[in-house]
Amino acid sequence: MQEGRPLIDWVWISSNPDDILERVLQHIQLTALPLVLGFLISLALAIWALRQPRIYTPVIALTGLLYTVPSLAAFAVLRPIFGLSLLTAIIPLTTYTLLILFRNIVAGFQSVPPDVLEAAEAMGYTRRQRLWRVQIPLAVPLTIAGVRLAAVTVIGLATVASILGDAFGGLGQFITEGLQQLFPTKYLMGAALSVALAYLAHVLFVRLEKAVTPWATARARGIG
Amino acid sequence: MVAPVGRAANPGRTLNRVTSHGGNAATVEFDHVTKHYDAVEGKNGTPGAVNGLSLKVPAGKICVLVGPSGCGKTTSLKMVNRLIEPTSGRILLDGVDASSRDVIELRRGIGYVIQQVGLFPHQTIEENVATVPRLLGWDQSRRMTRASELMALVGLDPGKYARRYPSQLSGGERQRVGVARALAADPPIMLMDEPFGAVDPIVRERLQNEFLRLQEDLAKTILFVTHDIDEAIKMGDLVAVFQLGGTVAQFGTPAEILSQPASDFVTRFVGSDRGLKRLSLFRVSDVALETVPTARVGDPVAPALAKLASHPFEYLLILDHENRPLGWAHRERLLLIEKITPDLANPSSPVLDRRTTLKDALSQLLEADVQAGLVADRNGALRGVLTVDRIADFARLQSISPLAQDGLDED
Amino acid sequence: MSEVIAWFSDPSNWQGSTGVPVRLWEHVWISAVSVAVATVIALPVGLYTGHTGRFAGVAINLANIGRAIPSYAVLVMVLPISLSLAPVLGYSPNLGLSFIPTFTAMVLLAIPPILVNAHAGLQAVDRDLIEAARAMGLKEREILGQVELPIAMTVIVGGFRTAVLNVIATATIGAIVSFGGLGRFIIDGRLRGVAGIPELISGAILVTVLAVTVDLLLGGLQRRITPDGVKIAEGQSFELPKPALSPAS
Repeated sequence: MQEGRPLIDWVWISSNPDDILERVLQHIQLTALPLVLGFLISLALAIWALRQPRIYTPVIALTGLLYTVPSLAAFAVLRPIFGLSLLTAIIPLTTYTLLILFRNIVAGFQSVPPDVLEAAEAMGYTRRQRLWRVQIPLAVPLTIAGVRLAAVTVIGLATVASILGDAFGGLGQFITEGLQQLFPTKYLMGAALSVALAYLAHVLFVRLEKAVTPWATARARGIG
Repeated sequence: MVAPVGRAANPGRTLNRVTSHGGNAATVEFDHVTKHYDAVEGKNGTPGAVNGLSLKVPAGKICVLVGPSGCGKTTSLKMVNRLIEPTSGRILLDGVDASSRDVIELRRGIGYVIQQVGLFPHQTIEENVATVPRLLGWDQSRRMTRASELMALVGLDPGKYARRYPSQLSGGERQRVGVARALAADPPIMLMDEPFGAVDPIVRERLQNEFLRLQEDLAKTILFVTHDIDEAIKMGDLVAVFQLGGTVAQFGTPAEILSQPASDFVTRFVGSDRGLKRLSLFRVSDVALETVPTARVGDPVAPALAKLASHPFEYLLILDHENRPLGWAHRERLLLIEKITPDLANPSSPVLDRRTTLKDALSQLLEADVQAGLVADRNGALRGVLTVDRIADFARLQSISPLAQDGLDED
Repeated sequence: MSEVIAWFSDPSNWQGSTGVPVRLWEHVWISAVSVAVATVIALPVGLYTGHTGRFAGVAINLANIGRAIPSYAVLVMVLPISLSLAPVLGYSPNLGLSFIPTFTAMVLLAIPPILVNAHAGLQAVDRDLIEAARAMGLKEREILGQVELPIAMTVIVGGFRTAVLNVIATATIGAIVSFGGLGRFIIDGRLRGVAGIPELISGAILVTVLAVTVDLLLGGLQRRITPDGVKIAEGQSFELPKPALSPAS
């Protein structure tokens, strides 16, 4: 251990609660925006792909390509264009969610067994009723799984955004500043909180998944 | 256990008064129906084409469409509720062209049961059964009442099953739910595509019997697809034998199909044991049953032994307090005891349903290697005993010979 | 744009220990080593849990939680530890500053997809098929090698592909703790302000091209090793590719 300053400076932590809270809230915002945007775009793309199956492969190729672009590179390239505005962070973070969300939403709809769809049609469901009462409920588990993965991914990548400047805030800011100031408490705090946030999101979505799909867990719980 | 079902759809009528031809049923008529597919051969799951199909199913009858796979049976069935639209020709339901009706409304009035059942995995059994009533806008309490009635009707205890999900049920139970769901809005027509194809033979036999019993009360017009000729003979009032190319090789009663096959194809499809199959035309209930000496658990032995003495039979049939047969006890085992106890009973004989075909009954007896089967009613109480000899006598009377191959033995 | 082209055509950027070839080599090298180590750790575990079904819940949950840990966080959390362990264990402080944190973060990043896909790939094999193989007298090892692995190979390689892609993309952040690799151009370019923008964008382009190229190569490999029978079967059922990123669900 280095002399002088301890690894964890509890005094600094306890004297900066407002700072910490603000960074956490910024991080949540930095995650939620791309997630919502990405979800809306992916949903639209998925609905399109379900009606027009031939666009599935090109969309996967395109979103896959976007997913391949390293986050640091994306932030770096967008910075000269949008400056240090929120857009520079939001755009790449949104594009990273597309592949995961699109693929999972489509897979969710594909997971509806054909015999179930046929039964629904034969019983006189209209197209709309079939969509809302059969397809969407059954697509929910895989969709939420996709949102969970996307959320966790974005929480992680959002920390990287602050490497390029302090305009985006979030927990990455603690890390970057801490490294620059050689102040371990600060960067460790940023790292620990981002891990905690990602884990929390993971648990939250796993719970949500179980809560909205009682039929999937009924057998596991051994009711039968 | 057929519970009386209030006809929620038609207030004032009850199932109990529905007789075999006066129920809520409609005629189904295929009028030169053809369905061609563009060249999409070689792909799995391509349905068979249908060529100029004309046949008329009277109201309240079960018409079985049977034939090898790919011969258009399922296609014909699906054209009735317009899951498939015919290329040409008309399908008339009670004289009305199906294509002239609103497709959604049409489908809500036709029950549909398929092999994979197609239950909604995300809905409880109760919700599944109440699917069509919900589509028809019934209120919650009426739907739930109806769901309970139907579950009881198909032999599922509503208290036990209503809140379960399909994944928690066995194959046979799911199939019952499928039937209940199809019956929910009391449709005049039912379409059944290999409905019992996915369950094991024992469960299938039971489901077939229960369904026939239901049909005695319901008297729906039923189109029933199978590839199993035995099932066709058992279930059908009428049988249409399909052949490749989507045409009907023969349309008639099961007896006609067996005794006067219209072509080599039908002869081959029915199989070489055609004579034996004719036993499938008759049920256990068609044969006069034998009575044998019986005694209930707890009865004194002496009178039972006296009964046995005046009977050529050496075995006593032991019943429980509700007259349900427990099994046989040989005369010698009764000599040194005072009262009948359950452990005396040897349960080797199969218990037969009155709707079991004679062919199935015979095969069950031979399989169990016993001479006699026990025939029980719905509650399991003894009705009588069916012996291999009785079946043989009956077959002789009906001029059924296992060797008959060409129908000349028909009177 | 012209400045970026100018940067690429400047021969001085292609020479020496800070030139493109060296940085590219560093990037590929750290990625390869990390994924290799992660494979050695994750593949046996995934194959074991997938084949036997034992400890599956524990392994998959751990892997899923592992996915939730941001690499940047791992990097900086390992940093003080590896720095302070340098004098104790006798490696150079430089290694503790750059290589060890980057390497650790990349290995942890690569483990979850490899493990989860190996597990899910084996689990997805039809149980009847395995029973049939067992009935024909195949040993467990043979069932794994001759039945499960060939069928699951596409999914397993899919996990490997995801791992490689994530690692190549994320290895850029190693530059923050003064590791080399293509991230260097991005970090260095940023530190030089407006004058560094061409370098920063060039770095971004390089790493993107690397990631896309490797991903395409692995995609080709994935198709090649899929048994023809499996390909045909999938084509017939019109099944869409399985979501490799979420096999846990």
